Amino acid sequence: MNVASSLFAQILFVVFALLTVVSAAVVVFSPRIIHSAFGLLFTFCGVAALYVFLYADFLAVTQLLIYVGGILILIIFGLLLTQRVMDSKYFEQSHQRIAAGVLGVVLAGVLFGVVLATPWTQAPRPDTPTTEIIGVSLLTQYLIPFEMASMLLLVALIGAVWLARTKRGHHE
Amino acid sequence: MNNLTIYLAIGVILFVLGLIAVMTSKNLVKILMGVELILNAAGLNFVAFTRFTTTNLDGQIAALFIIVVAASEAAVALAIILNFYRQRRAIDVNLADSLRG
Repeated sequence: MNVASSLFAQILFVVFALLTVVSAAVVVFSPRIIHSAFGLLFTFCGVAALYVFLYADFLAVTQLLIYVGGILILIIFGLLLTQRVMDSKYFEQSHQRIAAGVLGVVLAGVLFGVVLATPWTQAPRPDTPTTEIIGVSLLTQYLIPFEMASMLLLVALIGAVWLARTKRGHHE
Repeated sequence: MNNLTIYLAIGVILFVLGLIAVMTSKNLVKILMGVELILNAAGLNFVAFTRFTTTNLDGQIAALFIIVVAASEAAVALAIILNFYRQRRAIDVNLADSLRG
């Protein structure tokens, strides 16, 4: 039986899709930066739930671990170190609002048109677990990109530490 | 309801919202959040195409690499933001004009 076609799953899907889109809107339009950070939390969780609906089990867990557990914590640390988040009178400044809004609406219209007008080939994948296939192909077909990704992470780690460290003689 | 189009529509909305955040915000951290939204939209599209249009898992592996790149990008960007804040005492992008001629 196809799990994704039952009524309960459909309701759950709509809930998670709305959660993703609404919290992404909160991220963009909230005047308080800390609200944006918490909106981002719900967007990441919503995208992880959508990955579950797409039978990408390994990727859903990875999304939760890396995005929610890593990147979001990093962003919140950056906020707490650089912003007056506790100051209730402080609001975000924004600029180019009208131009960005018009461009965004036009671009969204064009992209929706393309999505609806293109005859996508439909060849659904069988609903099998993905972890084993991903693991095998990362160590065979995608071995070089896999190693490049590990080098990229190492370089980014060392670079981030070097950039963020307080330079000697520049203490204030 | 639960087909390719709806996932692509969610991807479009996430992408456009991220783009608006990047264009309108003066706050470096909020621009970083917009970039993360755009990367999430791309990953969602990859996974949706994997589910509905192919029988292999290449798209999910591409989404995995997107997550790796997003993680390293966030780390380096936060380091740059901290450095910038230490020098300017604020993270308004309009203050980043040292290279202006």
